[in-house]
Amino acid sequence: MPDAPGERVISVLDLAALDPAALAPLVVHAEPWINFDVGLLVDRFWANTINGLAYGSVYALIALGYTLVYGVLQLINFAHSEIFVIGVFGVYLTFVALGFEPGAIPNLPLAAIILDLVLAGLVAMAVAGLAAIGLERVAYRPLRRRNAPRLAFLITAIGASFVIQQVIRIWRGSNPEGTIRLLPPSPVFSIFGAPVTNLQIVIILASIAMFVVTDRFVNGSRLGRGIRAVAQDPATATLMGVNRERVITITFLVGGVLAGVAALFYLMTIPQGAVYNGGFLLGIKAFTAAVLGGIGNLRGALLGGLILGVAENYGQSLFGGDWRDVVAFVLLVLVLMFRPTGILGESLARSRA
Amino acid sequence: MIRRRLAAAGALVAAVALVLSGCANQEGGQQQGGGPQAGAPAQPTDAVLPAGNGQGRCAPGTSIGYAGTIAGQNAALGIAIVNAAQLAVDQHNQANPNCQVTLVRADTGGTPDTATGPVTALINNPQVLGIVGLPFSGESRAVGPALNAAGIVNITPSATNPGLTQNGWTNFFRGLGNDAVQGPAIARYIQQRLNAQKVCVIKDDSDYGIGLAGTVTQALGPAASCQVDVKTNQREFSAVIGQVQQQAPQAIFYSGYYQEAAPLIQQLRDAGVQTTFIGPDGVKDEQYVVNAAGSADGTLLSCPCVPQEGFTDFTNAYRQAFGVPPQTYSAESYDATTILLRGLDQGIADRAGLLNHVRNYNGQGLTKRFQWGPTGELTNTPVWMYRVQGNTIVTDTQI
Repeated sequence: MPDAPGERVISVLDLAALDPAALAPLVVHAEPWINFDVGLLVDRFWANTINGLAYGSVYALIALGYTLVYGVLQLINFAHSEIFVIGVFGVYLTFVALGFEPGAIPNLPLAAIILDLVLAGLVAMAVAGLAAIGLERVAYRPLRRRNAPRLAFLITAIGASFVIQQVIRIWRGSNPEGTIRLLPPSPVFSIFGAPVTNLQIVIILASIAMFVVTDRFVNGSRLGRGIRAVAQDPATATLMGVNRERVITITFLVGGVLAGVAALFYLMTIPQGAVYNGGFLLGIKAFTAAVLGGIGNLRGALLGGLILGVAENYGQSLFGGDWRDVVAFVLLVLVLMFRPTGILGESLARSRA
Repeated sequence: MIRRRLAAAGALVAAVALVLSGCANQEGGQQQGGGPQAGAPAQPTDAVLPAGNGQGRCAPGTSIGYAGTIAGQNAALGIAIVNAAQLAVDQHNQANPNCQVTLVRADTGGTPDTATGPVTALINNPQVLGIVGLPFSGESRAVGPALNAAGIVNITPSATNPGLTQNGWTNFFRGLGNDAVQGPAIARYIQQRLNAQKVCVIKDDSDYGIGLAGTVTQALGPAASCQVDVKTNQREFSAVIGQVQQQAPQAIFYSGYYQEAAPLIQQLRDAGVQTTFIGPDGVKDEQYVVNAAGSADGTLLSCPCVPQEGFTDFTNAYRQAFGVPPQTYSAESYDATTILLRGLDQGIADRAGLLNHVRNYNGQGLTKRFQWGPTGELTNTPVWMYRVQGNTIVTDTQI
């Protein structure tokens, strides 16, 4: 190459001429911004599906609370995620009250473990249910009395969410509670090579059972008829002798109880979950699940929760972990573009008995 | 129709909130640790101590400042640092009757958006001649320009983001190794001591996690055969574990904080993955051990902090003053405070003088030798490996 003066300057800047070790900290590590790892997706398909269904069941149980309240009041109860956190602390503190300590897994007979878990679940259901009623009394009923605009309810919901969160933080501190695990997961059988753990079987079956009970309650019972009547037309329902305030209280109670069940399953899956802000992300995901399935629709909440749980796992395998949440919301946007009322669309009022 | 719109609007709010939450949890910073251990260095015989020779002379009211979290998030780390600074000042004042220094505390809350006010108050206090802090990288970046403009010397005992010394600030000095030092040290340890040729690097989405993962991956070269991402606040890692299982690595390096590392290690061990797990200083916290409930046993934890249990005079004095053993970065804070006190003892009475004193400082501290290069980085910084043994974090070896 001719040794022109201009080119000599360029050769000074030639990166290859410099010591690579000296340059190392300056070179930005290149990594693809998105992957398409179809092999991993196929390889892990069944494992992702099973794990996704189990975690999605928790989404679904929380989503039912959003959907019920929305169906009756057309209110997005953003504080529902904090009702769930109250349930989580209900479970945790029951464990503590039963004498369990963070750390080692206790060596107890299975019957005793099941009894303890059921007890913790019942406490969580009671605590979360009562908290939901309390929230309704304190935050929403006064607004309803004054015929406040819908936006005021929404802002109040967000405010209530922060208040509950911060009260828990002041009470329990900002570090997660120590891990208490009664039932470590162990594989029971395999589906196409993907292990299914005892925990996942319990969670999936119990969630579906809770859903069926709730569905029968809303669609089959007398109280459920009241809920549907108020959802359809509050004014006429009142004229027909339905006690609207009572229906609203029951709706919040049912939502809270389901959040309590979700809390038990969540803490069994993620023992580190007892922390003041632990409900934030889950609440958003559950709300997304409710909208995805069709908000106001019980079956939609179940379907949305399960789909979301599975889709996140597929997304993580296919695109990489950065895309986990993106997949969930892209899915939501796509569904809403083609079915603006969600997958099942129907609202609580129109579902048949 | 209204319902539909409300639901859609709600979903949008949810999406925005999610994005914001992702951004809000990215502050750099390290946590606390400690415990009884072996193999830690003893106090260097020539270490400069706060008491000095007892001949210090300075004007009454002379002050140094601590800026950092005291009651905010990750407060435990800030308390470990401010306590050690207070201990240094108290020991100094006891030994030097003619130089009584005050430690002025400014609680930054640990986040960039809350740090500016308290730091401005320190800057506007003419008696504050130098600052120990700030503990976290994010807040350090936020207030750095103001401190630099004020010409007030600033020694950080724990902020490790390499970018902090590349802003042209002339007042900023880092009292420990940064992540560009820690990363290659971790990589060396993984390749040479663990003999791992296939390593999974898992990182969270914080500045700290991404930065450190980058330096480790680079130093590992082709051995970093798999890259996995997790999100801040993620608690369910089955898909991550699937990726790891498919790659079957010989070691896993997690670049992030203990809040995600604890459920991750537990779920990894539950899934039967027994691969050696290595974490950085962001994981080196007793919270990690508590939250992983037994699964943390055997985890290796790197840290640019020097084991303190060999500095018996210091640890005893700390324990006596505060009722607990010193935590991560306490000794680094003690050293940084000592360096400022040495300057004040010489009668330095203005910020420019103290800045000059630190710039030209060359002396041994408890943790290491302090002599800064032109950018404010130390030339020789030790990185140590710690290990979870049962329910405690013990010192492993210098790496």
